[in-house]
Amino acid sequence: MTSEHPVLETRDLTIRFGGHVAVDAVSCAFQRGTTTAIVGPNGAGKTTYFNLISGQLTATSGKVLLNGEDLSGLSVAARTDRGIGRAFQLTNLFPSLTVRENVRLVAQARARRGYDLFSVASSHVELIERAEHVLAEVRLIEKADQTVAALSHGDQRKLEVAMLIALQPQVLMFDEPTAGMSVDEVPVVLDLIAGLKRDTDRSILLVEHKMDVIRSLADRIIVLHNGALVADGEPAEVIASPIVQQAYLGREPEEETVDA
Amino acid sequence: MLVRIISGDMPRSRLLSLIVLVIGFSLLFAPFLFPGIKSLDTAARIAIFIVLVASYDLLLGYTGIVSFAHTMFYGIGAYGTALALDAWGPSFWAMGLGTLLGALVAAVLALLIGLFSLRVRAIFFAMVTLAIASAFAVLVSQMSAFTGGEDGLTYRIPRELTPAFRLMTDKILDVSINGRLLAYYLIFFCALVLFLVLLRIVNSPFGTTLKAVRDNSFRAEAIGYRVIWYRTGATVLSAVVAALAGSLLAIWLRYTGPATTLSMEIMINILLMVVIGGMGTMYGAVVGATIFILAQTYLQDLMGIASKATDGIPLLSELIAPERWLLWLGVLFILSVYFFPTGIVGRLRGEVK
Repeated sequence: MTSEHPVLETRDLTIRFGGHVAVDAVSCAFQRGTTTAIVGPNGAGKTTYFNLISGQLTATSGKVLLNGEDLSGLSVAARTDRGIGRAFQLTNLFPSLTVRENVRLVAQARARRGYDLFSVASSHVELIERAEHVLAEVRLIEKADQTVAALSHGDQRKLEVAMLIALQPQVLMFDEPTAGMSVDEVPVVLDLIAGLKRDTDRSILLVEHKMDVIRSLADRIIVLHNGALVADGEPAEVIASPIVQQAYLGREPEEETVDA
Repeated sequence: MLVRIISGDMPRSRLLSLIVLVIGFSLLFAPFLFPGIKSLDTAARIAIFIVLVASYDLLLGYTGIVSFAHTMFYGIGAYGTALALDAWGPSFWAMGLGTLLGALVAAVLALLIGLFSLRVRAIFFAMVTLAIASAFAVLVSQMSAFTGGEDGLTYRIPRELTPAFRLMTDKILDVSINGRLLAYYLIFFCALVLFLVLLRIVNSPFGTTLKAVRDNSFRAEAIGYRVIWYRTGATVLSAVVAALAGSLLAIWLRYTGPATTLSMEIMINILLMVVIGGMGTMYGAVVGATIFILAQTYLQDLMGIASKATDGIPLLSELIAPERWLLWLGVLFILSVYFFPTGIVGRLRGEVK
């Protein structure tokens, strides 16, 4: 029924902070079953673009469409409910709760049971099983009873991914999923995202700096520079384009050794 | 069965289980274990305060909302029952209807306060509740024709709940089985049910979501929970339970005035009881309220005895004179907050922060 629409689309999406245009009329469509990397120098507006899609920020003008439905005016929670899922750049969890409880709360939100006042939460076995299933998938199951505050940074990143998986969204947005992870932990997260790619009903958006990560995961790259979309295409083609060489690769010389 | 009643929320500490059981049984058999008017009155106040403090813990400990309007809701419940008994005479239906109306007013007011001010930052919400609660207290004392002003209201309650009503001529264990005893058990069982309801709420899917909202409201919103509704829901629930606790107080005291319900001193006491007992634990309310009320009631007596015993020693005897009880209560608080930052319950459960 919605197959004629791209799963996610932004039309002339713009946000201004005073005189500064952080995201400048970005029009872009994201198809089901694709993984798009969003690149650009720091301050290019990548995270702001994410914030506009997931609703943490309200656009000055322009639209976000999910399966053709305009999301303007909808709260973060309402957008999440419709299928926009996001993992955060800075770890953003429930620190005093256990790992299992963090994921169970996501499954509970998904099942729309949050307003249930009179049953005991631990009696909803299916939600706990769902949480544990996801935790097994991200290899955190043996730490399910630890509180999040006690986890290592890498494990917190994995939990961040687990919560996104448990949300079962149509659009999965990852904001530098491997940032700050140790070398041996990175492949675990990359495998998880690669696994999510196999589900062709979804679209993955990925903000990432590391070119090897982008090349192993993305089938498309879009480049933001000073808030505007300056390049869009197949990874090899975009990386080779002069505008990217100048705008993106020009600023952060160590990060983008293309042939590394 | 028992696990179901307490919603699977075990005390998780052997000593805590023991303490909670001792408090529960002491309150259940208080008329027989501790005969006398003063001790029965203390037991009833402990039962009422456990509910009041637990309802505040739902807000402060579980949802992370600081409100100074809790005594206002407590007062609304008390005045609801008091005004109904005063206006319609001492019947059970007047008592019930007044209680219901009080709870309803509290719910509507909490809903409005929540929707209008929970969007703003936590500190502003605290200030808004402080302003509204102060305004309400002034309003009650000004509308003296209606509320009795500062003097409050004295009224009669149904005869079946007064000492004049005797169920049997004989005494049991030297305790006369009269309406006062009935009133005590009415309060005890209402308090017990309300506490168990709160325990269920905090362990429900809703209650677990409140903890998520407390920990990280930004993320709670991002996984699909409408944070404003959870915060408002918690505010309304805690207001209704506080109002019901106020109605229990009104029935027990047969008097309702600003000093017993609306004063800022009670608000501070509630805060202290939650913190001393342990925030976000529910059992903390049981321990905190019991210790506090006992200290408030008996510390003076205890100090009077100690002061007499140390009559010869000049400075010491002065320091522990009964009129210094507030000073020592203050010292006890500072020490307990310093040594048990997670409250007594947190300490007993071995949580370190």
